[in-house]
Amino acid sequence: MAAVIDTGQAGRATAPPGPAGRPRRRPPVWRWVILVLAGIYFLIPLYAALRFAGFKAFPDVLHQAGFTGALTLSLRLALITTVLTLVLMVPTVIYVHLRLPRLRRLLEAITILPIVIPPIVLIVGVLQVAPGTLKSSPNLLGLEYVVLAMPFAYRSIDAGLRALDLKTLVEASNSLGAGWLATLWRVVLPNLGTAMLSATVLTVALVLGEFTMASLDLYQTFPVWIVNFEQSSGPVSVAASLLALFVTWIFLMVIATLGGRRAGSQASMFSAVRRDTRAGGRGPLAR
Amino acid sequence: MTSDITAGTAGGDGVAARIAADSGAPVAMQDLSRSFGTVRALDGLSLNIAPGEFLALLGPSGCGKTTALRIVAGFEAADAGSVTVDGKDVSGVPAAKRDMGMVFQSYSLFPNMSALDNVGFGLRMRGRRSGDRNRRAGELLDMVDLTEQAKKYPHQMSGGQQQRVALARALAIEPRVLLLDEPLSALDAKVRLQLREQIRVLQQRLGITTIFVTHDQEEALSMADRVGVMRDGRLEQVAEPNELYAHPATAFVAEFVGTMNRIPAGLLPAGQVRAIGTSAGTADGAAAPASGDVDLLVRPEELRIEAVAGGNGIVTDRTFLGSVTRISARLSGDVTVKVDRPSSEAAAMTPGTSVEVSLAGAPVLVAERQ
Repeated sequence: MAAVIDTGQAGRATAPPGPAGRPRRRPPVWRWVILVLAGIYFLIPLYAALRFAGFKAFPDVLHQAGFTGALTLSLRLALITTVLTLVLMVPTVIYVHLRLPRLRRLLEAITILPIVIPPIVLIVGVLQVAPGTLKSSPNLLGLEYVVLAMPFAYRSIDAGLRALDLKTLVEASNSLGAGWLATLWRVVLPNLGTAMLSATVLTVALVLGEFTMASLDLYQTFPVWIVNFEQSSGPVSVAASLLALFVTWIFLMVIATLGGRRAGSQASMFSAVRRDTRAGGRGPLAR
Repeated sequence: MTSDITAGTAGGDGVAARIAADSGAPVAMQDLSRSFGTVRALDGLSLNIAPGEFLALLGPSGCGKTTALRIVAGFEAADAGSVTVDGKDVSGVPAAKRDMGMVFQSYSLFPNMSALDNVGFGLRMRGRRSGDRNRRAGELLDMVDLTEQAKKYPHQMSGGQQQRVALARALAIEPRVLLLDEPLSALDAKVRLQLREQIRVLQQRLGITTIFVTHDQEEALSMADRVGVMRDGRLEQVAEPNELYAHPATAFVAEFVGTMNRIPAGLLPAGQVRAIGTSAGTADGAAAPASGDVDLLVRPEELRIEAVAGGNGIVTDRTFLGSVTRISARLSGDVTVKVDRPSSEAAAMTPGTSVEVSLAGAPVLVAERQ
């Protein structure tokens, strides 16, 4: 997340300052102690899991019954959730920033509700009121995950917008003849690249790890499959968990790397999209 | 800053001619009012700006100058009143269709675009092909002496460079009106001075009607053809800079523009006032209280000061300003005045010197006692 917040004014106003000038002090010993303790705390369970599973369990994971189906379902849900979340949250947060800045506090409070309310409560409520057609489709899970992902997505996008001088950028774009769609597409979204990437990774990580809702909805998503499978083969199930963990880590590394590079890389990230839409995109936007 | 500020290179002249050919629309604001909650930001502002004129709106923060500019730009709607450009009411026209170039106080370049793409953005919105667009954008960057920065992104440029790109970007659309919202206030003093000149030179060359909002009186006086001083949503006075300085219409204008001394005074009959042992006539045409306690408003260069033993004041401080030196003297009643003298004469008036301060005799402005 630090990468998202870091896109502030300081870097924009002047040339990036060199590393020189900042005195390097050696961190005190207790910092290392805390670091090592924390490392032990997190790494021992991982090491234990690795020992338990053994390396040869990893290739086996791929050939287990139900693995492909569960993984496909989870990935499909991740896609649905991410698309819905971005489509709903990005315009909403932009609108609130521009037009209803006083509602930001309220929105922040609302978006934290899914964390405060236990998933079990949410799912029981949803199952009570959801129409039968929805209940019979795993897409219902996607809708529920949109709610669960809201706190993370909101915070990512909000941080991204706060790092921009959104009002001025939008007004500058308007004064140059760009309507709302063109402004959103060419000015706002390209500068929210890192924030949207961050929202995406958090959402995907959440969907790939969610158990309660999927289990109560009786769908065999990847986490549900891991738990069910554990009863037949412990080591393979643990190997699958570790795999899931590593994949999520790789995602987070990717976002940190992309977020670490700056505006230039954001532009290139979106230039492919822009190239595709250049011909068609102009029609309705031009005056 | 990699280059000097002369705005007049070969590539830029073509653009200048093209912009000038179609620029210089007259702008009129009529009875503009705007409230935010209980605050009246604008209270019946009327102002006519001639084609090609550079008008500065000057005033303290909260006086409504920025609101006025934003209403002209189309970012705010007036509660009452209208804005006309070239005789046509633009009140219902959205900002995107007003053809007004705007430069903002904060850095407003699009961070995801190079300088060249920023300048070309308005042309892109007008459907220009990329070759044509880049050539024009290049010419405009040349006009603000930033050809070498064309490929750079905003975060790779200095504040001054960013504002020059923003200026080029605003001019690229060949706007009917150029709106400048404190474009220099985020810059450091030296860059501010250079950009001030550059904006003025370009504006005169292009002949583009310009509204410049600032709280910096030096900026307004040095750049504008006329300056409108605003206070509490109203226009106090609109005049050419020298007129504004020499003949302020109100005490507020007098004290906001330039340095002003306030000296307690007594009203005499027949438009005369008396202070520090001398009397003077009151200025014509300026609003003045008819009775009660009054203060005289007098500029530092309109006071006399002489080193005299047993005079009415004592020198407390001196500030060397180049050819003149500003002398601070404390008079009886704990009134401190500032008096400008040629530096050669002021040399003798060291702090502690007894001096005689008097009015030079020119008509003065009278205001209610504060």
